[in-house]
Amino acid sequence: MSVGQSLFGIHATALQLRSQRMSMLASNIANAATPNYKARDMNFAQALRQASDGESIESSIEYRVPLQPSLDGNTVEMSTEQTAFAENALAYRSSLSFLQGRIGTMMRALKGE
Amino acid sequence: MANQTLSLFDISGRAMAAQLVRLNTTASNLANAGTISGSEEGAFRSLKPVFRTIMGEDGTATVAIDKIVSSPAAPTKRHDPSHPLADKNGDVWEAAVDSAAEMVEMLETSRQYQNNVQVLQTAKGLMLETLRLGQ
Repeated sequence: MSVGQSLFGIHATALQLRSQRMSMLASNIANAATPNYKARDMNFAQALRQASDGESIESSIEYRVPLQPSLDGNTVEMSTEQTAFAENALAYRSSLSFLQGRIGTMMRALKGE
Repeated sequence: MANQTLSLFDISGRAMAAQLVRLNTTASNLANAGTISGSEEGAFRSLKPVFRTIMGEDGTATVAIDKIVSSPAAPTKRHDPSHPLADKNGDVWEAAVDSAAEMVEMLETSRQYQNNVQVLQTAKGLMLETLRLGQ
């Protein structure tokens, strides 16, 4: 277990994965009008497990199954992507505030306040 | 070009640039709607951008304009002998632009541009918050 992991628990890894997932969702939104583009998303639970075990998270990147297939082969559904993006941003923010709290605790311990 | 590292700013920024090209073609199509030509070859045909995915690392991708093609839709032939551009049979050709479709295209482009701006705004906010971590 690395120093970062013992200090910040799962949230250090989670933050990194959240930001990676944010890029993936941004890619889907960017390609909303590209014919034949296949939207991808991260299986977050699996990715977090793999990342904390020090494995590659490549196998947790999956293609999204569209609710309704479109004629041009594009599988981006804007509502799905936007909700996923919002959810991911919120989860990123919660990890941030957990980290903030942890840093605060440690600062207080260091200063002996 | 394959599998380069794409930052979130690359992804959304390039997508915005592509949408802007799309808006430009729509603007020129609308500007040329209703123009008349004396020959079928000379008539304006609406321009359509072809989007292409640029793959990055770790499941990221952005978009670029591959090329801009002329729509295969044929110009409308109209018999109008009194028109100054009419050929010897008295025919003129009207630009092959579907104004309604172009307006829809314009709305869609602007929505998708907005989506990318929104993504950038959220990401920027989160990055700034991360920078302030521990302060």
